Amino acid sequence: MKNLIKELVESFGPTGFESEVTNKIADLVRDKVDECYVDTLGNLIAHKKGNGKKIMFSAHADEIGVVVIHIDENGFLRFSSVGGLNPLTMLGNRVRFANGTIGVIGKEKGELKDLSIEKMYIDIGATSKDEAQKLVSVGDFGIFHREFADLGKRIVAKSMDDRIGCAVLIEAINKLEKSDHDLYFVFSTQEEVGLRGARTAAYHIDPDLGIAIDVTLTGDTPKAPRMDVSLGKGAAIKVKDSAIITHPKVKDLLVRLATQHNIPYQLEILESGGTDAGAIHLTKAGVPSGTISVPCRYVHSPSEMVDMDDVQNCVDLVVAVCQDPLSEF
Amino acid sequence: MLLKRLSEACGGPGQEDEVRNLIRDEVTPLVDEISTDALGNLITLRRGNQEGPRVMIAAHMDEVALMIMAIESSGLLKFNPIGGIDPRVLVAKTVVIGKNRVPGVIGSKPIHLQRPEEREKAISINEMFIDIGVSIKSEAEKLVKIGDLAYFSTKFAEIGNDKFKGKAFDDRVGCSLLIDLLHDRYDFPLYGVFTVQEEVGLRGAGVAAHRIQPDIALVLEGTTASDVPETPEHKHATSVGKGPCITIMDSSVIPDPRLVATLLQIASENEIPVQIRRNTAGGTDAGKIQSSRSGVRVATISIPCRYIHSPVAVMSKADYDNALKLVKAFLHCVEKGEI
Repeated sequence: MKNLIKELVESFGPTGFESEVTNKIADLVRDKVDECYVDTLGNLIAHKKGNGKKIMFSAHADEIGVVVIHIDENGFLRFSSVGGLNPLTMLGNRVRFANGTIGVIGKEKGELKDLSIEKMYIDIGATSKDEAQKLVSVGDFGIFHREFADLGKRIVAKSMDDRIGCAVLIEAINKLEKSDHDLYFVFSTQEEVGLRGARTAAYHIDPDLGIAIDVTLTGDTPKAPRMDVSLGKGAAIKVKDSAIITHPKVKDLLVRLATQHNIPYQLEILESGGTDAGAIHLTKAGVPSGTISVPCRYVHSPSEMVDMDDVQNCVDLVVAVCQDPLSEF
Repeated sequence: MLLKRLSEACGGPGQEDEVRNLIRDEVTPLVDEISTDALGNLITLRRGNQEGPRVMIAAHMDEVALMIMAIESSGLLKFNPIGGIDPRVLVAKTVVIGKNRVPGVIGSKPIHLQRPEEREKAISINEMFIDIGVSIKSEAEKLVKIGDLAYFSTKFAEIGNDKFKGKAFDDRVGCSLLIDLLHDRYDFPLYGVFTVQEEVGLRGAGVAAHRIQPDIALVLEGTTASDVPETPEHKHATSVGKGPCITIMDSSVIPDPRLVATLLQIASENEIPVQIRRNTAGGTDAGKIQSSRSGVRVATISIPCRYIHSPVAVMSKADYDNALKLVKAFLHCVEKGEI
């Protein structure tokens, strides 16, 4: 599974430009589902037909990034953030554009505590505006440039948020033996700017049950903010975040299945943040929805860390949902 | 001149009647169907010979305004901005209030009476009031009601060479463009939608798109230009006179990359100057249209306006003409099935 994750996290897929990622995923899952298509907003929808409940799983294909808004006379790029970026995390890091151009993020003079994106620039090694414009245009989107690292039980990479969710769904599709349900695996777009892809996909699918697979924060690092989720302690079953209060039936279902199948789990309350479930549950007349989260350290940095046991537990929980009669829905 | 009449018409969020009536009179002879929906969006249709693609072009009718919140015993009016207005631009401006255009002046404590430390700070909304020239509450109540909207009394004019000044270019410039576009007929159904309540959260456009179910949507807007001294070039966002702006990302939308690429290509092929909007703040109706139902391919084209969301803005006639050319060329491409 690590090879799959490496392939996904090293792909280029800033919000709005996810096709490299969704194309790769389509190639991996096409033969295992009944239909596989891309919708208007670019969501990849893999559908495994069945006569039971209509379930929408959603993991987002996009990653946070930057967009070039200006190129100055000396060839430096000014940029805006795409999704939530912390200026301190960006400093000294590298970005990569679709054509492979690499740039370094630098800053104007000034105190670090006053640092904002507006005071930062990207240096692509160009010596003039003309030279820069041959490589990058205003309006181009870029991503963090960082390779996958295998630390053993734990792995670290950029865009673990949410390629790890994509990997969980792909692996679940692979492991799935038999399900009576009508399963939609959505690899959604534009989550990082407001859950936009999942919203229109859910409208199209009109599911009976919605489950997002995404990363969540942890409280297990030195002097971390208070949060009762740790790396390696199991799949996190979301109770609440800023976009959703998990439907009690969905939370109870996930807890029941985890218990029944001996899947380690932890309950998660995320004080700030949201997942595709936030968009899905408000679709049409409402959809009971929840989130299975992969605990992740250093979210929205180029070095997001997850634990392989947690990942495996999330896969098992997704498979358990698919194979359960779901009589309560 | 159409843009002059649109600019001088008054219509804040939720109270777009005057603007809607003006537009309805203007477009009724041009379109095959015209209706007003529950939220007040004016929805027009020019049919084509073909059933599709269904193209929606939207421009919002509402402008930022000031809502009368209270009438003091002195007859002075307290107010709150509706939509984003910088309080610092308000003092000493003349306004008109409500349907009857009751004239008023935005007043505050005069400089003579301000303490030294007060002079260092911008006057806040709470310290301002509108003076309609009456001396007691009962007289004011005969002229103005709580909930009435006050508008800047700015007159439209052509200034310099090639520039217009006026209020509410955001988004009467879009309305004007859309009316101009409705003079032409295409092979496909063209929905011209004049939306409401954009300035308070893109509220009209979403329900209109839900009704129309477009395949492709364009949003025509007035956008911010900060190509002025003291603003470094990378913060200009857009420049007046350098062509209509194409949005690549704002807080409401990342437009369909294929539509953006097509627009840029059309501009280059037809030698129409365009600029990428070099800022990602702000939102437009495109956000709500894109997320309607199963999703809609959208793009936003906007006219740069200096001093937007203030009593007066400045825009370029050439930008207007080029926007019109660009959208027409785009619609011809749609007609030829190239999009």
